[in-house]
Amino acid sequence: MRHDISFTVNGEPYNIAVESHHNLLQVLREQLVLTGTKNGCSEGECGACTVLLNGEPVNACLVLGVEADGHEIVTVEGLATDGHLAPIQQTMIDAGGTQCGFCTPGVLIAAHALLQRNPNPSETDIREGLVGNLCRCTGYTRIVDAVFEAARLQRVSNQ
Amino acid sequence: MQPFDYVKPNSLEEASALLIEHNGDARLMAGMTDLLIRIERGFFHPRLVVDVKALPGMRDLLVVRNGDLRIGAAVTMNEVALSPTARSGWPLLAEGCQSVASYQLRNRATVGGNVCNASPAADSVPALLCYEASVHIFGTDGDRTLPLAEFITGPGRTALQRGELVTAITVPAPARGAAGKFLKLGRTAVGDISVMNVAVLGWPDKATPSGSQWRIALGSVAPTVIRAPEAERILAANTSMAGIEAAAQAASDASRPIDDIRATAAYRRDMVRVLTRRGVEGVLAEIGEQANR
Repeated sequence: MRHDISFTVNGEPYNIAVESHHNLLQVLREQLVLTGTKNGCSEGECGACTVLLNGEPVNACLVLGVEADGHEIVTVEGLATDGHLAPIQQTMIDAGGTQCGFCTPGVLIAAHALLQRNPNPSETDIREGLVGNLCRCTGYTRIVDAVFEAARLQRVSNQ
Repeated sequence: MQPFDYVKPNSLEEASALLIEHNGDARLMAGMTDLLIRIERGFFHPRLVVDVKALPGMRDLLVVRNGDLRIGAAVTMNEVALSPTARSGWPLLAEGCQSVASYQLRNRATVGGNVCNASPAADSVPALLCYEASVHIFGTDGDRTLPLAEFITGPGRTALQRGELVTAITVPAPARGAAGKFLKLGRTAVGDISVMNVAVLGWPDKATPSGSQWRIALGSVAPTVIRAPEAERILAANTSMAGIEAAAQAASDASRPIDDIRATAAYRRDMVRVLTRRGVEGVLAEIGEQANR
């Protein structure tokens, strides 16, 4: 069954019809062709599909597209502003926190959200904040380094 | 995935009527973190999912007049885990909710869904059993309230009848001076489903021989989350080292675990003993300190 929904993605308003049984991930990737967000496990374990729903991270594979009606979504494509990478994007590159890259969009969104709610996270805070984002390449150490550095940059720029 | 339709009813009456009209082909949804997976794997084949999140009262998280914490059925795990009210007044519950999966998942998973799924590994349920929570049910034949221990009738089974839905869970305030410990064993330190868990609640009570009262609940070691009443009785009588050891053994004896992919039954039984002892010692250290103040 198709349902008309209105929502914003990365600040852009959309009015589209979505299938009631399609998840938000499918809507983003297949209808809006925002393919930055990845489909890993389809069951909320791996976090590759993490997006912001009204500013809070969720697994897009476990949200129905129709549920996005009236809400604001931010995907990895929406993290950069005016052609400038968000701090966490730049520090992930600098720290070598990405290898195959499949988990990276979800990690970036989850880390961005973590830094919004906790500007000065401890290593435990970072590891707990990213426990829903599985990475099979990096061993996480460099991802943690990247989040630390992004937190530092964020604090400096807010001073 | 098999197609299904989606509806967001405007009232509890409408939600209930939809369940009755579709007679088993409609499923209630809140956070969708379990339901969508089960639909995708082909365990459930609903024609319709009924989204209850926006119904009146479903998102309430507040202390009501008699001092109970009222948790609307669609309140998320994060909302409870991060609520200053829940953390200060019902810390065992906040800890249980905090221990569920990841931050992203806790933004969607609900306490009502956790209770209605009736999994033996439901991490909010041990605390809710220790606090002797009640489940509020709406139905076309009228509202009813059941103790949580009676609401969950088996693995994945509840006392809900046709057309009924859970609207809220109320959690009585613990006794003065109460302290709790939630000890959860997963395959990883954080974020995993419980291999098993133990919730221990204790509070000072001069009327008992040991000077304290206890509630102990065990998760993922029986077809449902269970209380360990014999262990609770032993501790009310005696909290010496021998009493704690006997209570831990009684809790272990109360468990009826199975071998599965996460652990063997023998390991789980042993861990019930170990974690119960640690939980009781932890609670005793806290309520002992308060008594000495």
